[in-house]
Order: sequence, then structure tokens, then C-alpha cells
Amino acid sequence: MKKKSLVSINDFTREEHIRILDLAGAFEKQPKQRILQDYVVATLFFEPSTRTRLSFESAATRLGARVIGFTDSSSSSVTKGESLRDTILTVSNYCDIIVMRHPREGSARFAAEVATVPVINAGDGANQHPTQTLLDMYSIRKTQGSLDNLNVGFVGDLKYGRTVHSLVQALCNYNTTFHLVSPNELKLPSSVKMSIKERKLEYFQSTDLQEVISKVDILYMTRIQKERFSDPLDYEKVKNAYVLRNSMLETAKSNLKILHPLPRVNEITTDVDDNPKAYYFTQALNGVFVRQALLASILGVVE
Amino acid sequence: MEKEILRKELKVSAIENGTVIDHIPSGSVFQVIKILNLTEFRNQLLVATNLDSQKIGKKGIIKVSNKFFKSDEINKIALFAPSATLIIIKNYEVVEKKKVEVPDYAENIVKCFNPNCITNNEEISTKFTVIDKKELKLRCHYCEKITARNNIAFR
Repeated sequence: MKKKSLVSINDFTREEHIRILDLAGAFEKQPKQRILQDYVVATLFFEPSTRTRLSFESAATRLGARVIGFTDSSSSSVTKGESLRDTILTVSNYCDIIVMRHPREGSARFAAEVATVPVINAGDGANQHPTQTLLDMYSIRKTQGSLDNLNVGFVGDLKYGRTVHSLVQALCNYNTTFHLVSPNELKLPSSVKMSIKERKLEYFQSTDLQEVISKVDILYMTRIQKERFSDPLDYEKVKNAYVLRNSMLETAKSNLKILHPLPRVNEITTDVDDNPKAYYFTQALNGVFVRQALLASILGVVE
Repeated sequence: MEKEILRKELKVSAIENGTVIDHIPSGSVFQVIKILNLTEFRNQLLVATNLDSQKIGKKGIIKVSNKFFKSDEINKIALFAPSATLIIIKNYEVVEKKKVEVPDYAENIVKCFNPNCITNNEEISTKFTVIDKKELKLRCHYCEKITARNNIAFR
């Protein structure tokens, strides 16, 4: 993986995914290793994202790297009208690796082509967010012991949620059975469903959250945004149907874990937080280990 | 049948040297002219449309004097009028006849239909992989969204 950019989850093979997850496991055991002392990591956030940026900066700092960058485009030369190409070419001179978040889809692929250093995509518009997918995979494997043959429930906005799309595509390599729970307006797009069908995997679509809880090993919750509905009345009808409450978990399997890419608003009530099945905050911590693994392997410091 | 051909030939007279683009779907003739930038063309240009065609029902034909198209221009035609035939004429003789082919890749021909794609917001050549030649579906190399026949536009 040395010097290889990570733009889309499909840029890495199944073997490379597993290698990253194994490495992340090693960093979890020993998170403070100053193996990147001689390296500079640039975090270019053309739109704000507190969680992802802090997670990357934490990963880089724990490995001893120096972090440079900006946190939103208003504090960069973009406001002066500089093109993305020029920004990337210039920043390539100052660092060993670029971590980039940008509001336009395809910006990360373009940056990776222009840059003279590797680029890690930390989100390009509604397109890809591969490091989130890898940390989701890490969390699933860690809590279930394996990625193979699981029943995974996806709940909420399956139409627009890019974390859902990428994770569904990645899990298609592991004989997953999918339980897709969403209002009719926000069903999984057919382009993503195609990957499930191509692998001839089982999937069930439903509008009833309670019904799937007893069937799944992983429940991946997402937020339903009001803006997604053209008719506000439609939103009112469904907004409470996809809220997970602690009382709903009585029928759940003992190994069930609840994941959420965060930020959560109200789709998981706070009484779930104390349930040992709630895993979303640990999931966020896992993001640091996965990003340590990515930085170290792409920079070629670990094999 | 022979009469029919004769009449057609009379409608669109022969050219000495150049290219004939035949079997263009009638509805696409003017778009082909536009995408090939033939509105700016200064040599003889003969156009006919709504001609009867055994192959495609109604067809259009464009005859371009002293012009031999480059492969990227031919690919443009293929994406827009996949039924088209290219006939190269030299000294009133047909020297080559070929069907246009939908390419595997399309570089800087088509515009990505996703308004939030980086190619619509920076000076970048577009790149597409043709994932379905029959239905004409193109996947953007950058934003990974699919541009289909009904929302295709040229740069």
C-alpha cells in the first residue's frame, strides 16, 4: 500500500482491507508509537468536519508526525480564487501525505492525480468516505470476531447516506445478509443494491425497525434529515418510526452491537447509551487506530 | 428501390473529397452538426434529414467536403448517433466505409450530469468509463456517478 492514495473503498482489495484492520488492531494495543517523527501530514479541510479532522490529527500526532493544514476553506487561498489543482500542487511541496475533505464529488480523485504525495480522501461531497468504512468494518470485526456471514441491519436514510453505500459495498465481500430499514422515500439506491444482487446475497427491505432487531448482529443507525423530504408532512409521518429506544432492544441477540457514524441527533435515545450493546462511541475511537494504520502503511513505515 | 436511391442522391449531391456521415437518426442531425462544430465550417456542407432508411426508419445524412475526422471526433458521433456510418470519399470514390463504435472510454467529450462533480467546477477534462454501450451509461471517473443517455450533454 506504500505511496498508494485511498480515494474510494474499492481502491483497496479485500486483502488490503484486512491488512489495514490487522494493523489497526496492533495500534489499538500500542497507540503511542513515534514512528512518524520525520513526517508531515497535511489536513486540508475545505469544509468543516470536526470529528474526522480531529480523528486524523489525533492519529498523526500519536505517531509523532507534525500536522499542518486548514480547517475550512475561508482560511485558505481558495477565497482568493485559487484552483484546487494549484492548492494541491503547492501543498504537495510541504508534506509527505495529504488528508483532504472537500464538498465536491470527485475532488479527491482529482487531487490524487495532481498531487506528488499520496492523498487520503476524508470525504468528497456525497461520494466516498473510505476511512469511515474501514473503521466501521474494524468495529464489526472486533465485536463479532469476524466479518463473514453476518446479519447487518441498516436503518434510516439509506438513499443519501454515503457511509451506508460504501459499507454495503464493502460488506458484499463477506457473505453478509442485509436488512434494509427505511421509509419508502429513502430506500437504498438501485445502483448500490446492484452490488448486493451481483454477489447473489440475501437482502430484506422493510419499514419496520422493531421487526429486524431480533434478527441482526449489527444495527447500523443513521439520521433522517428533514431536508430530504419534499413534503414536510411525509417527514412528520416517519420521523419517530426510526428512533431506537432502549426498550426496543429486549428481543435483540446477545451479540448485537449498535453502530452509528455520528453525529447523532435524536435517532438513538440517550437511554441506549448505557446499554452494553451501544458501540458508537467506541466505534469513533476505533477510527483513530484505523487512521494510524492507514498513515503508517501508506507512508511505508510499516509493511 | 433503385429509383429511391437515385432520388436521394439527387437531393444530396456527391462530394469530391471529404466525409459522409450516414444513418444519423433524424432527430440527431442538428445536434451532430453542433457537436462537431460544423456551424463554423467554411467548406461545402450538405445536410439532409427525414430521408427514408431501411436500417433506421428515418435518417439524416451530412456530407462534409475536405474534412476527415479525428478519432475523438468520431467518438463524439458514436456516443450521440451510434447507428451512424462514416464514409470517406476521395475523387468521388468511396475509399473507406465504417460504422462508428461506442468507445470504452470517453475523455473530455461528455459533461458529467452531476452539478456537484469537480469537473463542473474546476478546469478539468472529464473522463468516463462506458459501462453499458447499448443503453449508453457512462460512469464518471471522478465523482463515480452515472450519466445516462437521457441526461447526456457534450462539453
